[in-house]
Amino acid sequence: MSGRLDSTFSRLRQNKEKALIAYLMAGDPGLAETEQLVVALEQAGADIIELGVPFSDPIADGPVIQQAAERALKNGTSLRLILAAVTSLRQRTEIPIILMLYYNSIHAMGCEEFCKAASDAGVDGLIVPDMPPDEAGPLKGPADAVGLSLIFLLAPTSTTDRRKLVAKESHGFVYYVSLTGITGAKLSNATDIQQNIEKLRKVSAAPVAVGFGVATPEDAARVSKMADGVIVGSAIVKQIAAHQQDPGMVKHVATFVQSLKAAMVVG
Amino acid sequence: MPTPTLPDNRGRFGPYGGRYVPETLMPALLELEEEYAKVKKDRRFQADLAYYLKQYVGRPTSLYRADRLIKRLGGAKIYLKREDLCHTGAHKINNAIGQALLAVRMKKPRVIAETGAGQHGVATATAAAMFGLECEIYMGTEDMERQALNVFRMRLLGAKVTGVDAGSRTLKDAISEAMRDWTTNVRTTHYILGSVLGAHPYPMMIRDFQAIIGREARKQILAAEGKLPNYLVACVGGGSNSIGLFHAFLKDPKVKMIGVEAGGTGITSGKHAARFSGGKPGVLQGTMTYLLQDDNGQINLTHSVSAGLDYAAVGPEHSLYHDLGRIDYTYATDSEAMAAFDLLAREEGIVPALESAHAIAHVVKLAPTLKKSQLIIANLSGRGDKDVQQVARMRGVTL
Repeated sequence: MSGRLDSTFSRLRQNKEKALIAYLMAGDPGLAETEQLVVALEQAGADIIELGVPFSDPIADGPVIQQAAERALKNGTSLRLILAAVTSLRQRTEIPIILMLYYNSIHAMGCEEFCKAASDAGVDGLIVPDMPPDEAGPLKGPADAVGLSLIFLLAPTSTTDRRKLVAKESHGFVYYVSLTGITGAKLSNATDIQQNIEKLRKVSAAPVAVGFGVATPEDAARVSKMADGVIVGSAIVKQIAAHQQDPGMVKHVATFVQSLKAAMVVG
Repeated sequence: MPTPTLPDNRGRFGPYGGRYVPETLMPALLELEEEYAKVKKDRRFQADLAYYLKQYVGRPTSLYRADRLIKRLGGAKIYLKREDLCHTGAHKINNAIGQALLAVRMKKPRVIAETGAGQHGVATATAAAMFGLECEIYMGTEDMERQALNVFRMRLLGAKVTGVDAGSRTLKDAISEAMRDWTTNVRTTHYILGSVLGAHPYPMMIRDFQAIIGREARKQILAAEGKLPNYLVACVGGGSNSIGLFHAFLKDPKVKMIGVEAGGTGITSGKHAARFSGGKPGVLQGTMTYLLQDDNGQINLTHSVSAGLDYAAVGPEHSLYHDLGRIDYTYATDSEAMAAFDLLAREEGIVPALESAHAIAHVVKLAPTLKKSQLIIANLSGRGDKDVQQVARMRGVTL
């Protein structure tokens, strides 16, 4: 669907590399810093950026991302301001940008208006954690019309039927949730992840990225052996939180991201 | 006219309802829907449920004619459906027993629940104790302070009570935390949601478990008066006691129904929980429904003197009946509810829950405008023992 997402995965595939997908809470500590972080993380080796849109009631997120959302909302971050930041980023970078946002943020703007605004800004895809494919009807048409990839989540609890449904509806890649739990939990058993990815590959040709619980270069190394992409969220957000007041914050986070990418397998 | 066949097979009440949850929970919701459909038709399950409701909860609850209140207000004849007489002191136990039985049947050894006023937490802890299930209750720390007595009761019953210190530290945040727990422990745990909220099949299932209130009331009023009531009045937080009373009368077009939301310190103050006076449709915690939210879709903080009504969303079935005009929704302010609380205590010797006092506050406005031959049934959804400490504190009385 999205040119930038697809060409990133095919370039990586040619180079026998895996995608590092770095999550940032937009507006934490501020949108200016978010823009700087996106550029710096691309240079540090991130292949795709996932921008969280802060929501007051994030049911899929653990405390690290909840608190980041609270900080971002407190300083006035809104979906419209985030889209303006993406517009400004597009003057400097072509890295694929995905928004992760709860459905009420989209619903409040209206699916059509939102999709058009997101696409105009240069957003490539959407992850809506509280919207399974079953409820995606009203968003699908408007997203397709402007070429936004809808990326759905697959869970360890997903049955064969659900796996097929998610594989069919997901565009860009499939987001495999590594554990039954919320963001920032501890990475679970690698054998389970491996088995579930193998089952998914039988019904889907799309790239598979694994997220929830990937926190260290060692985790990234393990997961990159099994999947096409590795998503790191809470661990990055934690670094940002710990260095809020530090003028070297961006550099610090970039170094961490570099260590993640360096650990990921090639070939 | 809406019929009790709602929701449709996608869990929709018109445009409302649905299943807006993380994928991890979808298989659990589908399993729950399937199991619930089975037990609905299962005679053994229904017989077990009827047994516990009668012998353990104490049903049927009485329909009491409030003579002194009638005399005092002048106008319509007022009946109170005495859910306050249920074991544990509120209607919440009807649903908790039903879902705990279901958890046993699904072989889930652990149950969790959220609670606002503490009544649903106490009901769940009670049912868990009786069925031998492990139990954990999530409660906002603000509510734990307001309802310290119920926190202690839950612990006496063997439940673990976990404080939630996020967001507004009230019911909404307790639900989010319970959903996170369920997402993490879904294989061993059943989430006993306490009101007609959340993702399908919860709004339907909880309504069904509470509909016994209206079925009894309908029989009782016909026996006492030989006719149906003109008005039903109930408070609406999530909306389970109200839909429970209303449901058996939905097909009687002459029975008017009024849901009373929490007006807090007034709608213009912004400190309230009257979703139909200040809200618009959106998605929160699994369902599409009326919400108190800002222009960006962020959920507003709510306020009510009553923890059980202090919530930003309302059950999706209510949203449909609101739009169809089948149920009217109004609100009572904190001070109106407090006045009704005193009135019922002094005139009838019944200390109502602050939630139920909102329904009584509307009866105070409505009854004098009606004829003596007209009938009102108000749902006295819970008793006020749990609120005594809070009311004393508000009045500066040290106990």
